[in-house]
Amino acid sequence: MDYLSELENRSIYIIREAYARFRNIALLWSIGKDSTSLLWLVRKAFFGKIPFPVVHIDTSFKFEEIYKFRNKYAKEWGLNLYISKNEEALKNGACPEKGKLDCCNALKTEALKQTLQIEDFKALLLAIRRDEHGIRAKERYFSPRNIDFKWNYQDQPAELWDLYKSTAGEGEHFRIHPMLHWREIDIWRYIKREKIPIVKLYLAKDGKRFRSIGCESCCGPVASNANTIDKIVKELEVSKVAERSGRAQDKEDLYTMQRLRSLGYM
Amino acid sequence: MLKDTLKIVITGHVDHGKSTMIGRLLLDTGSLPKERIEEIGKVSKDLGKEAELAHLADQLREERENSMTIDTTQTFFKSHKKNYVIIDAPGHVELIKNMLTGASLAQAAVLIVDTEEGIKEQTRRHAYLLSLLGLSKVIVVLNKMDIVGYDKGIFEATKKELLKFLAGIGIRPISVIPASAKSGANISKKSDKMKWYKGPCLLEALDELELDKKTVRKPLRFPVQDVYEIEGEKIIAGRVASGTIKKGQKVVVFPSGNEAKIRAVKVFGARRDEAAEGESIGLTLEKPVAIERGEFIVEKDYAPKPTNRFKGNVFWISDEPLRIGKTMTLRCATQRAKCVIEKIESRINSSTLETIEENAKELRLNETGSVVFRTKTPVVAEKIDFIEELGRFVLEDGAKLEGMGIVL
Repeated sequence: MDYLSELENRSIYIIREAYARFRNIALLWSIGKDSTSLLWLVRKAFFGKIPFPVVHIDTSFKFEEIYKFRNKYAKEWGLNLYISKNEEALKNGACPEKGKLDCCNALKTEALKQTLQIEDFKALLLAIRRDEHGIRAKERYFSPRNIDFKWNYQDQPAELWDLYKSTAGEGEHFRIHPMLHWREIDIWRYIKREKIPIVKLYLAKDGKRFRSIGCESCCGPVASNANTIDKIVKELEVSKVAERSGRAQDKEDLYTMQRLRSLGYM
Repeated sequence: MLKDTLKIVITGHVDHGKSTMIGRLLLDTGSLPKERIEEIGKVSKDLGKEAELAHLADQLREERENSMTIDTTQTFFKSHKKNYVIIDAPGHVELIKNMLTGASLAQAAVLIVDTEEGIKEQTRRHAYLLSLLGLSKVIVVLNKMDIVGYDKGIFEATKKELLKFLAGIGIRPISVIPASAKSGANISKKSDKMKWYKGPCLLEALDELELDKKTVRKPLRFPVQDVYEIEGEKIIAGRVASGTIKKGQKVVVFPSGNEAKIRAVKVFGARRDEAAEGESIGLTLEKPVAIERGEFIVEKDYAPKPTNRFKGNVFWISDEPLRIGKTMTLRCATQRAKCVIEKIESRINSSTLETIEENAKELRLNETGSVVFRTKTPVVAEKIDFIEELGRFVLEDGAKLEGMGIVL
């Protein structure tokens, strides 16, 4: 079996394990390349018909292209799309200019908390990968969060072989990470092999492209001439620049990501 | 072109240099983005310490401040021959569950020993756990050679003692390498400080490491993960644990013993007539048969023998001891069965490997031993060298994982 198929088969196994154990689950779709690839894997796992909601945490500060892409494919793929927005925080003026950590926390983590409370999801599928960030490298495939969303990274459960912890304690939910073992370059090779549609912001225009997309205010492009997927793969084969180097929240200070994640950030 | 990816776990006693060695490999193979190297310099300065290579793997604030790895982490790097996934494992006795989490995903291992300090408690325990997990490909690094003045005599003495211990648990290392992760000697290139050493450096040894090819044909075992109803069709989802499955093949459902015939092998977006080990697929049957998660589709002529009683080699990771008569949940592949601990034949210290007691009443934290289980419903349990996925299990009490084991 080739390497990409190996990654794919393992991810599909994990997705099916999550659904088998919890049933009431959801997929978090940020419309980026990773979660769109995860969405693709989930469609494959369930033979084209995803049996649970696909949640978009909408900060309302996303790129216009992201909203267009979302609406187009939600329809085309027959998704049960659930838009999660912290309306109250937005009404009170939450925005990146008032502090990025607070903004991420209010418009992403808190929005998700509200959705979880309403829908009572027992598990969430997320497309994080170990190679994105040192803190994510410490994650489990099945990662419990307590009622306050806290991630107890200092005492994580053992996870042996493919026998994932899957009994939730009172008020707990699980973060399921089916793509933890993928690298950025694997994602692009997979996108190419499977012909997965992606938001065009990833492709270079006027010598610049986005390696990672999210809120317009907090994502910067990198210098690049890669205007096709093939060129992106080639670029990554030699690149020494970190993937999230355009992301503001990683740069605030060294442990911002650790703090955000321990509070329940994705 | 995609090359092979080798998953390798770095094990050994606390402070013998596991994380530092990983940092050294990443640095010397040019695997790091510029920001990461700058970050390490900054972190160390803020902590008032020397630039610390270990911080490349140790990413938690608490890990860096206390200079100890808390949880297992995985890093990618490549040499010009191979891609690697390096799994760092913590060396503290309290963190064995995290070490096991990392090691259970590995295909090969590096065992690091501080040459001056020699073999310690976790050196032996980690080595034992590698053998329990069936990781036979092991490279030994005798680290911190800079501290002993790159002395051949000290290296040979530690090597001799270690090889004797490893032989006792059936591990024959591929190489025993004198090295210094801190100075970089014999990690990614041969050092001229140890001209007396003729073997490979660590990176060369890793590049030359080859996993055993699977050549023997194994019978079909398809553990059922779930059953979906999609557009009126019943699709049995799962991953092939061993063997192959074909359209038209006659199979048996375990444990009911009902015979069935495969109508289609389903992979979304592709036309398939058969599937092999490791593939996550769907199956439909010619005639509807009752089937659910935890059951199996197996080969008609080579069906497994269902059993209610089997013996396993158990490693215990819970503060709460395993006691005779205790009822637990046993999980193996997608099976989940209530089981009662019938007998603890031996109770062994997993570091010294001394038998504490035969026919014991309990097994405590970090102890190991052979245990007889009686399950309330029949299960499929097979030897790990026959069908890997069906030869390993975990033991849970409620939501808590308390032990793991290998079928004997």
